[in-house]
Amino acid sequence: MRHSTGFKVFRAAAMVAFAAYFFVPLLAMFDFSIQVRGSAPGRTWDNWALMITDEDLRSSIVASLLLALFTVVLMVALLVPTMVWVRLRVPRAKRLIEFLCLLPLTIPALVIVVGISNVYSWVTYLLGDSALVLTFAYVVLVLPYSYRAIDAALSAIDAATLSEAARSLGAGWFTVIVRIIMPNITSGILGAAFISVALVLGEFVFASLLHFDTLPVAMAALYKSNGPAAMAAALASMILVAVLLVGLTFLSRDRHKQGASS
Amino acid sequence: MVPTLTVVVGAFQDEDGRPTLGNLEALTSEAALTALRGSLILSASTALIGAVLGALLAYLIVSMPPQALMRRATLAVSGVLAQFGGVVLAFAWIATIGPVGVVTNAVLELTGANLYGTGWLFGLPGLIVVYSYFQIPLMVIVFAPAFEGLRPQWREAAINLGASTWDYWRHVAIPLLRPAFLGAVLLLFANAFAAYATAAVLVSQGQPIVPLMIRQAITSEVLLGQANVGFALALEMIVVVTLVMVGYNVLLKRTSRWMR
Repeated sequence: MRHSTGFKVFRAAAMVAFAAYFFVPLLAMFDFSIQVRGSAPGRTWDNWALMITDEDLRSSIVASLLLALFTVVLMVALLVPTMVWVRLRVPRAKRLIEFLCLLPLTIPALVIVVGISNVYSWVTYLLGDSALVLTFAYVVLVLPYSYRAIDAALSAIDAATLSEAARSLGAGWFTVIVRIIMPNITSGILGAAFISVALVLGEFVFASLLHFDTLPVAMAALYKSNGPAAMAAALASMILVAVLLVGLTFLSRDRHKQGASS
Repeated sequence: MVPTLTVVVGAFQDEDGRPTLGNLEALTSEAALTALRGSLILSASTALIGAVLGALLAYLIVSMPPQALMRRATLAVSGVLAQFGGVVLAFAWIATIGPVGVVTNAVLELTGANLYGTGWLFGLPGLIVVYSYFQIPLMVIVFAPAFEGLRPQWREAAINLGASTWDYWRHVAIPLLRPAFLGAVLLLFANAFAAYATAAVLVSQGQPIVPLMIRQAITSEVLLGQANVGFALALEMIVVVTLVMVGYNVLLKRTSRWMR
C-alpha cells in the first residue's frame, strides 16, 4: 500500500503520543525509585540495594522465585504426560481436557479465590503455613497459557509414530514421555515455563487474599512505609518479566523458522 | 487435572451449597449496586477507550512494511504491556501522576497547576486511566490480525470498480472488521471486569467496584458472616463474565468466516 506524506506525519505523531503514554510511567517509576526525598534531595541506589539487605523483602523475593520454580515443575509434570496420553490413547477426551485447561481463563481469578478459600484452610492445615502451598493454585492459574504453548509444540511433531517406534523397541511409557517426546517439544515447554514464571511473579490476587507473603504482596505492604524502595522492587520484577516475555517472542519466532505450525 | 476440578466444583458448590436467598438479596443493597455500576462503567469505558485507541495503533502498525523494525518492536512491546498489570502498574502511575509524582511535580513547576487535584487517581477516573494502560496493548494484539486479514486485493478490487478510499472503508473494510471489533470490545470488557490487583493497590478506601467489595466481604474481621455475601458477589461476576464470553464466542464464529 502507498501512503501520502500527510498520513506518514500523522502516523509518526500518533506513535510518539502512544510511546509517551506507555513509557513515561515507567521512566517516572525509575526516577522515583532513585530519588532521595526530604531534607537533602539527590540521587541514590540505596533503594535498589534494599532488595538484598531488607529481610522481609528478600524472603518474599525468595518465596516468589521458589513458587515460580515449583509451579513450573508441577505444571510440566502434570500437563505433559496427560496431554501426551490423551493425544495417543484417548483422542476423544481432547475436547474435555482443552475445556478444563481453558476454563481458568474465563473465570475471574477473584472468583476462584472466593471458591478456594475454604479448600485452602485445610491445605494449610495439612501442609503447613508456607507460601509455597500456593503452588497448587498457581498451577491452575497458568494452565490455559501452558496448555496452548505445549499443545502447539505437540501438534508440530508426529507423536504417534515416535512413540510407536520407541514402544516397539521396548521402551516403557515413562521412557517414551521423558526421553522421546519431551526433548522434541522443548521449545513449547520452555515457552510454557516462561509465561508461567511471568504470571507467578506478578500474581497478587491469590497471595494477598489468602494472606501469603509473596513479592507483589510485600511490595504493596512496603509501599506504605517506603515508597521508593517498593518502586525499585516493582521495576526490577517488571524488567525480569519483560525480559522473559521478549525471550518468549524470540523462541516462537525460531519455531516458525523451522517450518512448524503454531 | 485434579486442581481444576476441585476449583470448579468448589467455586460452584460454595455458591449453591447455601440455599438461602439472603446473599442474593444483599446484591440489591445500595453499596452493592454502586459497586456494580462502578464496575460496569469502568469496564465499559476502558473497553471502549482501549478498543478505539488500540485499533488505531494496530492500524498504524499494520500500515508499516511487514519487515519494519518499528512494527515488530511495537508488537513485542504490546505483548509485554498487555501482561503488565497488578501492583507494578499501580506503582508506575502513582510515581507519574500521584501526589508527589514526577509528572505532577513537573507540571506544577511549569504551569503552577496541580495535576493531582483532590486525589482523582485513587478513585474511578484514575482507574480508567490506569486500566487503559493494559487495555490498549491487549487490543493491539487481538486486533492486529484482523487488519492483516484484510486482503490488499479487496481494496484494489474496490478501487478498480471506482470506489474512493472513503468508500472502501465505509462499504468494505468496516463491515468486515465490525464483528472482530465488537468481539475484542467484549474481551476487553471481561478483562477489565476481572482485574483486581491494580485497583486493590490504588484504592484503599471505599469500594467503587465489585472486586474490591468482594475483598471487603471476605477479609472483613468486623462483620462476621459477610463471606456469604462475597460468594454472592462472586456469582454476580461469573454471570456477567459468562454473558460476555457467550457473546464473544458468537461474534468469533461470525468473524472466522472471513479471517482465514
